[in-house]
Amino acid sequence: MLNKYPAWKYILILFTLGLGILYSLPNLYPDDFAIQVTGTQSTVVPDEALDNQVQLYLSDAGISLKGTELGQKNLLIRLSTSEDQLAAKAVLQNKLGDNYIAALNMAQTTPEWLKNLGAGPMKLGLDLRGGVHFLLEVDMAKALDQKIKIYTSQLKAEMRSEKIRYRSAQVDGIDGIKIKFKKSEERDKAQSLAADKFREFTRETSDVDNDYFLTLRLSEAKIKEIEDYAIQQNLTTLRNRVNELGVAEPLVQRQGRNRIVVELPGVQDTATAKRIIGKTANLEFRLEAKPDANSRSTQNFKFKNEPNRTVLLEKDIIVTGTNVSNANSGFDENGVAQVNIDLDSNGGKMMLDTTKRSIKRRMGVLFIEQKSETSRKMVDGEEVVTRHSREIRNVINLATIQGAFGNSFRITGLDSSSEASELALLLRAGSLAAPVYFVEERTVGPSLGAENISAGLMSMQIGFGLVLIFMLVYYRAFGIVANVALAINVILLCAFMSLISATLTLPGIAGIVLTVGMAVDANVLIFERIREELKNGMSPQQAIHAGYSRAFITIFDANITTLIAAVILFAVGTGPVKGFAVTLSLGIITSLFTSVVLTRAIVNLVYGGRDIKKLSIG
Amino acid sequence: MNKQIDFMGKRRIAAFFSIALIIASIASLSIKGLALGLDFTGGTLVELEYEVSPDLEEVRSLLISSGYEKLVVQNFGSSTSVLVRLSESFNDKIGNEVVTTLSSTGQSVALKRAEFVGAQVGEELREQGGLGLLLALGIVMLYVALRFQLKFSVGAVGALIHDVIIVIGCFSMLNWDFDLTVLAALLAVIGYSLNDTIVVSDRIRENFRLLRKSTPIEVINISLTQTLSRTLVTSLTTLLVLTALYLVGGEMINGFAKALLIGVLVGTYSSIYVASNVLLALGVTKEDLIAPVVEEGEEIDDRP
Repeated sequence: MLNKYPAWKYILILFTLGLGILYSLPNLYPDDFAIQVTGTQSTVVPDEALDNQVQLYLSDAGISLKGTELGQKNLLIRLSTSEDQLAAKAVLQNKLGDNYIAALNMAQTTPEWLKNLGAGPMKLGLDLRGGVHFLLEVDMAKALDQKIKIYTSQLKAEMRSEKIRYRSAQVDGIDGIKIKFKKSEERDKAQSLAADKFREFTRETSDVDNDYFLTLRLSEAKIKEIEDYAIQQNLTTLRNRVNELGVAEPLVQRQGRNRIVVELPGVQDTATAKRIIGKTANLEFRLEAKPDANSRSTQNFKFKNEPNRTVLLEKDIIVTGTNVSNANSGFDENGVAQVNIDLDSNGGKMMLDTTKRSIKRRMGVLFIEQKSETSRKMVDGEEVVTRHSREIRNVINLATIQGAFGNSFRITGLDSSSEASELALLLRAGSLAAPVYFVEERTVGPSLGAENISAGLMSMQIGFGLVLIFMLVYYRAFGIVANVALAINVILLCAFMSLISATLTLPGIAGIVLTVGMAVDANVLIFERIREELKNGMSPQQAIHAGYSRAFITIFDANITTLIAAVILFAVGTGPVKGFAVTLSLGIITSLFTSVVLTRAIVNLVYGGRDIKKLSIG
Repeated sequence: MNKQIDFMGKRRIAAFFSIALIIASIASLSIKGLALGLDFTGGTLVELEYEVSPDLEEVRSLLISSGYEKLVVQNFGSSTSVLVRLSESFNDKIGNEVVTTLSSTGQSVALKRAEFVGAQVGEELREQGGLGLLLALGIVMLYVALRFQLKFSVGAVGALIHDVIIVIGCFSMLNWDFDLTVLAALLAVIGYSLNDTIVVSDRIRENFRLLRKSTPIEVINISLTQTLSRTLVTSLTTLLVLTALYLVGGEMINGFAKALLIGVLVGTYSSIYVASNVLLALGVTKEDLIAPVVEEGEEIDDRP
């Protein structure tokens, strides 16, 4: 019994250890207080001129900065203190006006060489950094209802054009259309029409008192598709709106079948956040006014991207964004960027009627948004800040009608494919596909977040210290080995969590603390076993060997079952509880490595290959 | 040669003790119920920080006179920190409204956090949580049955249910808030208690194969004696960190720490008494462990 590890095992352990230290290192660099400046529109990109301007404003205000960083979409200004940060935000928001948003942020200070290795610090959850959490519920019944109504009018239009005579067609239940016929032949014709053109429906016939009914019902798969589409579209819309809030690192994510989570770190003003998230935006399609048109029937509009260009449009609206059922960007046969737009049947009909008699005229697309604006006035020597929302109508596209079109058409004449995809996005994102309700809202003040961090860290240090002392007293030299393993376990756990950029929450910290308490279990098992074997008369080397090999099966079984509980916790938990499950699972895995492999390596290094009379194991 | 403490000699007392605790817990749960937290019930919660510790009764009457109904006012951690729970649904101004109302007397009050959970969300969470617990128990039972034997599986799951019921019972009896973090703690208790039970079962299995002449009671006593120091040391280290968490971890994870503290204590006891008791009650024998478990109909041995 020599208890020696081959060299490759040591190398492997050292390698893992090195990686662990490397990837947990970024957490030691404290974040800088920072201001993030972004444009309110994607066309407004911060440039070097802005950078210089910002530096000038801040030095005028007597605020010293650590540095600025010009990113793709934003400008990051690093500051040394939280007071400077707040002052700088006020100055910048005031000076830069409504074209830019200055948001509070924390900037990572991970050195470049670590970043190149893909290392970064753990993210802090809302309960640790403060902010707002919303849970929104999408009204799926409304989304389905809208879609069914559109189908019903499409169906009516199709039957009329096929000369099928029906008495009535009504929405039936939440997912069906019921059509009444006088004659069964008419119904048969309608049935084959539905089989041909409305494949997403199942068909069912019934006869009541000489009336013939055809009931079309949406398939489960189609309903799910409609719901998914509604959620997707709402997600897109909400992301756009959250971006307008200028929040650093916002989270907009689907949760479950019909819910959306919105997390805005650092935001305290829930009222503004809620107003912007719940706001409505819309689109209008209008014809360009004829040169000789009466000024009372026309309106002048600015272009969204070219503030100096205006166009005179008719007051009559052809269709609105609520009629847009889908929009995608793509390329036409010549490789020119275009946006494909689908209208619902009503919209399509109106569009067809208008375009038929307006060939070679131009049509404008108006984007209507509710914008919040901040104005400052000096009243009695005090600055009063008022916020109000204003409806803004801007032309986003003006194109010549080349031929009559209806349901489906395309807009070309856009500058680039990015502009096309932005237009498609705006068309889709213009309005929410279905109403949303706030079903959960949590605000965590910044002071509470800081308290949570310090309390969590404090309890971790105390708990860790107590365990270290106990192990040292109880197991002597072997206690030291277990303590080294425990410390490395925490390092590895941090490294893992940083590597998968897991979010650290308060229960997550509790999970780490608990892991510390439980991680020694494997070592306790092994050491107790070694003591037992020594008592049974084995030699120290034999006892070490037997202790490790016999305890291993037990350790393995015990940890697998705990892991099962942790995985289930992850599956059913939400938010912070998920964070706890992640730390617990990772903790189990890392502690298996440190308490079995690592301690054995140390023990072998110290005791292996020698003739020992006695073990220092308490 | 094998030292043994006669744990199983007192198994009837232990069984009586466990059953009494469980009955008390279930009785409390059915009579008093659980003080479910905001996460599960839905409603509004506002946490405030006062400069000077306020009179809670005054705070309550102030709020009632401004038209709030069915409210709960309590201290949260310190005497200057006040938690207000309102049954009405949330609007974005409620936090500030409460602050305005309360600072009308000239007190300096700051809003620390405001939470609103819809009733339906709470209900779903409750169902999911319960389902999660059941699922965890089911999968664990399956794993233990495969790794050990069905009787061990019944023993382990019996111990788990025992622990979970007693922890929930304590929360009910002491009127502590049962929120999402407590549910997480409960699942951690399942993991911990199981860990303990498995370690003991493992030794029992090993000894059944080793000590062919001993009776089941002797085997279990020997196994428990051998694992006792380990059981105590691990419980102690876990309790050490949990106490630290309970004392300095802050009010938001207080419930979590409490649930785990009770869970670890009960879990330690149950790994010694409950699982083994169930094993004996089911009449565990060495035959259960010596040959792999074979289904009745597959008695014909096709091994060489």
